[in-house]
Amino acid sequence: MTAALEGIKVLDFCWVAIGPMTTRYLSDFGATVIRVESIHRVDTLRTATPHKDGIPGINRSGYFANYNGGKRSMALNMSQPKARDLAKELAKWADVVTENFTPGIMERWGLGYDDIRQSNPGVVMFSASMQGRGGPYSNHPGFGPVLTALSSHTHLTGWPDRTPTSPYGAYTDFLLPHLTVAAITAALDRRQRTGEGCHIDFSQLEGSLYFVAPPLMDYAVNGRIQTRQGNRHPVYAPHNAYPCAGDDRWCAIACTTDDEWQSLGRLMGQPSLASDPRFSTAEARKQNEEALDEIIGRWTEPQDAFELMHRCQKAGVPAGVVETCEDLFNDEQLAHRGHYVYLDHKEIGRHAYDANCFTLSESPPIYKPAPLLGEHTDWVLREILGIPEGEMEDLRQSGVLS
Amino acid sequence: MLAPYRVLDLTDGRGALCGRVLGDLGADVIKVEPPWGDDARRIGPFYKDDPHPENSLFWAFNAANKRSVTLDVDAEDSRPLLTRLIKSSHFLIESFRPGHIETLGLGYGAVKEINPSIIYVSITPFGQDGPYASYKATDLTGMALSGMMYLTGDADRPPVRISTPQFWAIGSASAAAGALIANHHRLLTGKGQLVDVSCQQAVARSLSHAPMIWDMSRMNMQRQGPFRPVGKINLRINWECADGYVNFIQPGGHTGGRSMSNLSDWMDEEGVGHAVLRETDWGEIGFGQLSPELVEAMTPPLEQFFMSKTKAHLAEQALERRILLFPVHDPKDVFSYPQLLARDYFREAELPSYTEVSETMKTLGPFISTGSFRRAPRIGEHNREIYQDELGMSDEEITRLQREKTI
Repeated sequence: MTAALEGIKVLDFCWVAIGPMTTRYLSDFGATVIRVESIHRVDTLRTATPHKDGIPGINRSGYFANYNGGKRSMALNMSQPKARDLAKELAKWADVVTENFTPGIMERWGLGYDDIRQSNPGVVMFSASMQGRGGPYSNHPGFGPVLTALSSHTHLTGWPDRTPTSPYGAYTDFLLPHLTVAAITAALDRRQRTGEGCHIDFSQLEGSLYFVAPPLMDYAVNGRIQTRQGNRHPVYAPHNAYPCAGDDRWCAIACTTDDEWQSLGRLMGQPSLASDPRFSTAEARKQNEEALDEIIGRWTEPQDAFELMHRCQKAGVPAGVVETCEDLFNDEQLAHRGHYVYLDHKEIGRHAYDANCFTLSESPPIYKPAPLLGEHTDWVLREILGIPEGEMEDLRQSGVLS
Repeated sequence: MLAPYRVLDLTDGRGALCGRVLGDLGADVIKVEPPWGDDARRIGPFYKDDPHPENSLFWAFNAANKRSVTLDVDAEDSRPLLTRLIKSSHFLIESFRPGHIETLGLGYGAVKEINPSIIYVSITPFGQDGPYASYKATDLTGMALSGMMYLTGDADRPPVRISTPQFWAIGSASAAAGALIANHHRLLTGKGQLVDVSCQQAVARSLSHAPMIWDMSRMNMQRQGPFRPVGKINLRINWECADGYVNFIQPGGHTGGRSMSNLSDWMDEEGVGHAVLRETDWGEIGFGQLSPELVEAMTPPLEQFFMSKTKAHLAEQALERRILLFPVHDPKDVFSYPQLLARDYFREAELPSYTEVSETMKTLGPFISTGSFRRAPRIGEHNREIYQDELGMSDEEITRLQREKTI
């Protein structure tokens, strides 16, 4: 069986989240991905929790491992000229060069797109940055989580009477790899057909706006500034997370048609609710939403969240348990799809990785554990650059490979 | 980049973003809609709040870079035409509930018979099979079942979804990635295949480190409102200011330390500095190492300072003084953000409307700066172009199908 990206060679300078998640897709589908790392500027994710047994260590982070499965790690101290020379040699080997530093760093190393294409004209270079190249904020430092503030996701999350919350984590870092993988594989397709390479300048902010398009368009055309609504929907009711038995347990229920609402009423043993003038139409339910939520909440409160969801779904009513991370690992559907893949990592041992969110019938992914920092340095020097053992020892001694 | 490829887009509103992504990358995306207009056209917001199918702004965004033909895929008569469209396409995208498209005779098995090398992309909440495959999902219930909701919201209130739909959009974006990975496989082998997308999985892998924390430490992460845990303490990230909110965090470490010193200097210049801010050696505090006492002492002067300034002013000074502070934009702010304007991100397009309009609107550009852009089509706008000029149908044939309301 041929892997989808078989033969594709990736030189990967990406770090933290959006970049490594992007290149993990490439690695899962058969590309050879060499991650350039350094002990002198360790990837933030290598130091991030969780660590195996709670003991910190650059090879013990589950966060890092999950986004770097299957890659080869090469240690290079890029502050040394000899290291930059080796990186330039690798850039000649690569079909794809990826990076997500603040714009300007790769250029300083002599590894900007214009440098690399001199010796590798068909290279596909991918650069992701917070706000894109050019423009006043191009070099403004920041971490992934601030993008939801700039994109208006933060403004649109939480309660109308309170300070906005932010969607959990570095939210957009994990949505955007779908777009970046699409862009890189599209560029590879053109390269394969025409030999033409390109530089993909990806602004994480611009990509994030894809996921808030309706409110943005509402402002652009109607001048309306939408805001956060808790769990309320502009048209549908009921539409909320309802309390269930146990501590902090909830089930989301949404009725998108009168039929679904009537089914819910019957399920509640209160079919008269459907004809109650306060609730008989979607409009009326929106107007009396507080009363509606209270009645439903009283009904859901003593019930087990999962049993409630299954009962609602059987009756044709959209419902979903508000799953904790523990629930996800016990979720029957995710288990059926094989969502958590357990792999043996050299230092962590057996632990979970996310599987891909799509299956390919003819070219399934191959999952492998994440590398230790510098685990494949010798392999890269020997197999790709053909450097003799004696010279490798000199490089080691001078600290280039660290 | 994808100019040689044709995409047959049979999705409804749920899978609409996939074709938009492929269109941004240059593919010829043909949206097949019934003669009365696509389901996605019923999704708001609407121009002037008038829910006419030509007025949907959801459509205006999701159908940009697509061409539209009308065809009632439920009608018997549509088969020959569909077969021709399928033969001329390289990708087919659909987002019906599992099993439904088979009843139309358009399942992967049937389509593969017509075009063996086609890449067939199915976007569903939970994937094509499994115990929840037939479960209904809305954005709310989908975000609940994928773990995002539990982690989002204020600690003392129920968990919340993001107030604008994410679930299908994330799944549909991932479908574009899956389709193009499969396309590369086809370049190598000539083979088509089925790409089966689960929106639940797409969101479940968007939870930062939270699932791995469960796997390794058996700890369920909790929702934190406008705070983030850094080290052993919770730090505020969203702060109120004179006209809204700003995002600011001082997590310690080198970058955070310099940012905090710069902010303190600015406050001193304005005569509202504070001893704690001035006298703390911020450069000495490691990442996540702030003491609870320090956090308590530094918070009130920061709150007061932010409340005295607008978000635009704070953001402008943050850039100049290299402070890690960002405006919490509302949708209006996004359109006047200097960075997006400097990069010429927005596009002008005719207003989507069924009446004759000469006015234009600002709309979102392609997701990469070199991408394509054309406005979303009207219902059946490209019928002649595609049916007649490209598929070579005769006038009579088109007129007959129109009379029978097939196209």
